[in-house]
Amino acid sequence: MGISHTLSRILSGLFQKKTARIGIYGPPNAGKTTLANRIADDWSGTVAGNTSEVPHETRRAVRTGNITISGSNGKSITIDIVDTPGVTTRVDYKEFLEYGIEREDAITRAREATEGVAEAMHWLREDIDGVIYMIDATLDPFAQVNIMMIGIIESRKLPVIIAANKIDLPDASPQRIRTAFPQHPVVPVSCLEGTQIESLYEEMVKKFR
Amino acid sequence: MQGVRIDLISEERLAQMPSMEKIRLILDNVREGTIVILESGLSPDEQSTLVEMTMQEILPDGFSGIEIESYPSKQRSSSVFSRLLKGDETRRLTVIGPANQLKMIRKDRGLISAWISGR
Repeated sequence: MGISHTLSRILSGLFQKKTARIGIYGPPNAGKTTLANRIADDWSGTVAGNTSEVPHETRRAVRTGNITISGSNGKSITIDIVDTPGVTTRVDYKEFLEYGIEREDAITRAREATEGVAEAMHWLREDIDGVIYMIDATLDPFAQVNIMMIGIIESRKLPVIIAANKIDLPDASPQRIRTAFPQHPVVPVSCLEGTQIESLYEEMVKKFR
Repeated sequence: MQGVRIDLISEERLAQMPSMEKIRLILDNVREGTIVILESGLSPDEQSTLVEMTMQEILPDGFSGIEIESYPSKQRSSSVFSRLLKGDETRRLTVIGPANQLKMIRKDRGLISAWISGR
């Protein structure tokens, strides 16, 4: 058993395809963790992280491994989903005070948020094979963070799907996002309600294979 | 005289600077309350590093980060030849300032309208 087992491990290590890491990126409160939870729940029966209306609830990248997603064409992908902290260029602890958080806790949250953003940028440079970029479809898609992040993702030649989230809200306009980023597939979804989530899974199977 | 200092840095000067020197110059100036306008902007990798370094310098009741504005990248031409002729289309005029002093009012493909306040 010893030699054959070792040989088998070496061979499987040599020929096993690395599981692609798909990062969920976007500004704070775009719905990244809601999507990560939905994917994890739909395809592996687990939960990826907590959600909150307070920005920067996710302050560490959270990886959920070995999720197999099947498309209607019978093809499937096995991926790791990496839920990342919301990317921003500014963090002020005073913003958290407005949500009733105590000053000391707000300062700690702000410090963790800054570390989380730096970590998210690092993951993008080193450890991500594809990106689902989340945009709140009720907001202006020309926000600098979107322009900057899409530029960074393009420069790294990573496959990207833009999820136009929150289409359950009356002000949502996925068309504005399509106009802003016509070079990428835009999938309108409501991660909270699951609306059109199947379309996103289909696009993922197509894009990340 | 009271007011806001604005530094406009030319494409030629930026081209002579290594990435880290550029980022250090931006952060040092912005932390002092200066608005920095880059004629040719930053590369995506430089932007990524700028965000990372900005996060490392944020302090409670001190520096709270940057506001950065640039135009969206131009639509890419499918022709390799025309891309070579046009050069790097990702670097576009960029305005960077302290988060608590520079506020974007409106932006689209060809217009950046921002409000600058004193310290």
